[in-house]
Amino acid sequence: MTNEIVIKTDKLTKKFGDFTAVNEISFEVNKGEIFGFLGANGAGKTTAMKMLIGISKPSSGSAEVAGFDVYKQTEQIKKNIGYMSQRFSLYEDLTIKENIQLFAGIYGLTDKEIESKGEALITKLNLQNESNKVVGQLPLGWKQKLAFSIAILHRPKIVFLDEPTGGVDPVTRRQFWDMIYEAADGGITVFVTTHYMDEAEYCSRVSIMVDGVITALDSPANLKKQYVAGSMEEVFIMLARKAKRGE
Amino acid sequence: MKQLFTFIRKEFHHILRDYRTMMVLLGLPIVQLLIFGFAITNETRNSAIAVLDISKDEATQNVITKLESSRYFDIDRSLTSSQQIEQAFKNGRIKLAVIFQPNFQNELMHSNNAQIQLIADATDPNQASTLVNYASSIIMEYQSELNDQNKLPYTINTEMRMLYNPELKGAYTSVPGVMAMILLLISTMMTSISIVKEKELGTMEILLVSPMKPAMVILSKVIPYFIVSLVNIASILLLSVFVLGMPIQGSIFLLIAVTILYILCALSLGILISTATDSQLAAMLISLLGLMLPVVMLSGYAFPIANMPTILQVISNIVPAKWYIIMVKSVMIKGMGLAGIWKESLIIGGMTAVFLLISIKRFKIRL
Repeated sequence: MTNEIVIKTDKLTKKFGDFTAVNEISFEVNKGEIFGFLGANGAGKTTAMKMLIGISKPSSGSAEVAGFDVYKQTEQIKKNIGYMSQRFSLYEDLTIKENIQLFAGIYGLTDKEIESKGEALITKLNLQNESNKVVGQLPLGWKQKLAFSIAILHRPKIVFLDEPTGGVDPVTRRQFWDMIYEAADGGITVFVTTHYMDEAEYCSRVSIMVDGVITALDSPANLKKQYVAGSMEEVFIMLARKAKRGE
Repeated sequence: MKQLFTFIRKEFHHILRDYRTMMVLLGLPIVQLLIFGFAITNETRNSAIAVLDISKDEATQNVITKLESSRYFDIDRSLTSSQQIEQAFKNGRIKLAVIFQPNFQNELMHSNNAQIQLIADATDPNQASTLVNYASSIIMEYQSELNDQNKLPYTINTEMRMLYNPELKGAYTSVPGVMAMILLLISTMMTSISIVKEKELGTMEILLVSPMKPAMVILSKVIPYFIVSLVNIASILLLSVFVLGMPIQGSIFLLIAVTILYILCALSLGILISTATDSQLAAMLISLLGLMLPVVMLSGYAFPIANMPTILQVISNIVPAKWYIIMVKSVMIKGMGLAGIWKESLIIGGMTAVFLLISIKRFKIRL
């Protein structure tokens, strides 16, 4: 790993009136890392992520994503990241091919690139026979894999995944994580939020947010050692129990 | 530019794939126009009327024949006494009774003053006055024919002319009204729903994270419905000219130009609604209740604005459809040019600008 830093925040804060959703979080993410962003519901994960992807303005603090400032250079940030949300993010009434063409087109790929990369993607996911079916007919697991593949089709520097595996069966989740590893090996940094603690074990490093503050940040192995816990689940429960904020 | 094109293509996929909605979008104007143009009309044809003719002379026969030969009346001659008239009204057999005085012809020839009584069933006042008008104008016509033959001095002729719509065709009011309504329905409701749908499904978030600019997202939502609206305009105009027999007296280009202006106004209203709500259902209700009702009630399409209470007359000024209907009538029926409708065009243009400004402001707050 080259130790190039792709996300860097310093006391990043977001307030909604009197409520401080994200309170002075500071962390760094290295290139090619799989960075797990954990926290209970309402801990401020999604708000923090929204600031990083440029759709929410921070109240104070600073942050750089892919080398661009989150206050002034959101346009450049948007070009250099991919995003997949917890809600299914493709158009159900468009076919697989049409979804690929649409998103590749939005990210400015040329027709040739769209053609070749789209073909490769469909072959890789074994969807040759389904490519002209509307996405709504696919099983959820396939949809999520497709959505992830499309999110990284334009080779972003960082891909943000907001609870990507919600509601997906364990086997498909495992396959999904294989795809994440492959992307990370290819140099794409993965920033992922999740509720599944077994998934937290797959991450290179994990941060745990409680009440808008990052209370722990290290590799899963070190965290387990530090909190004398057998699994990430125990670590998480130990920390999240201290939360005062309700859901 | 390529982004925009890709995105517009996607919108067309949405529209074309949902073929049920598409059928409604393209079929509704045609069905509505035919219903309003043919079935629901203020014209009264073949109304049952009764004649009580005790006199039974040449003059009464002439009047009755004249009434009969008009296409408005079906004549029932079976009545023999005035008691039967009320009975006929009560059981709803007739809408109008024409009663000649006894010795009609004699009185007419000698005293120059014969009486015909018209009794109408005014439970439906509009229909009653229409029927009475038809009947009395037919009788007047007969009278003037008599006067012509006799060359009597000191006759007063009342002449009626229905300007612009000599046959009093219902299509003349229904076509502009249907155009105003359909365009509002498609442009406003469909755009607001399709924008809000993206919010509801969560795809709007994906679009906001992408390099696509929000203004481009909105623009590419608007263009397909603009095109659908143009298709509808074409079908409405073709239908009203070739099927309903309506003329286009003024310039067709001016008519299309003011229509495009109105579509833009409706589209910007749709964008405004989409910034105000996050659910498709709410967007639809706002469009239907907030727009359709005012269009039907306050645009002058169904009820004349001049007869409304002052407060409603004032409110009717903020209904874009009111101004559009005035413009369509001016250009299509009266054959007026831009000089006659510049005020209305300015009002609609101004409304469009206001809607867009508020939407842009609200959109920025959201981000």
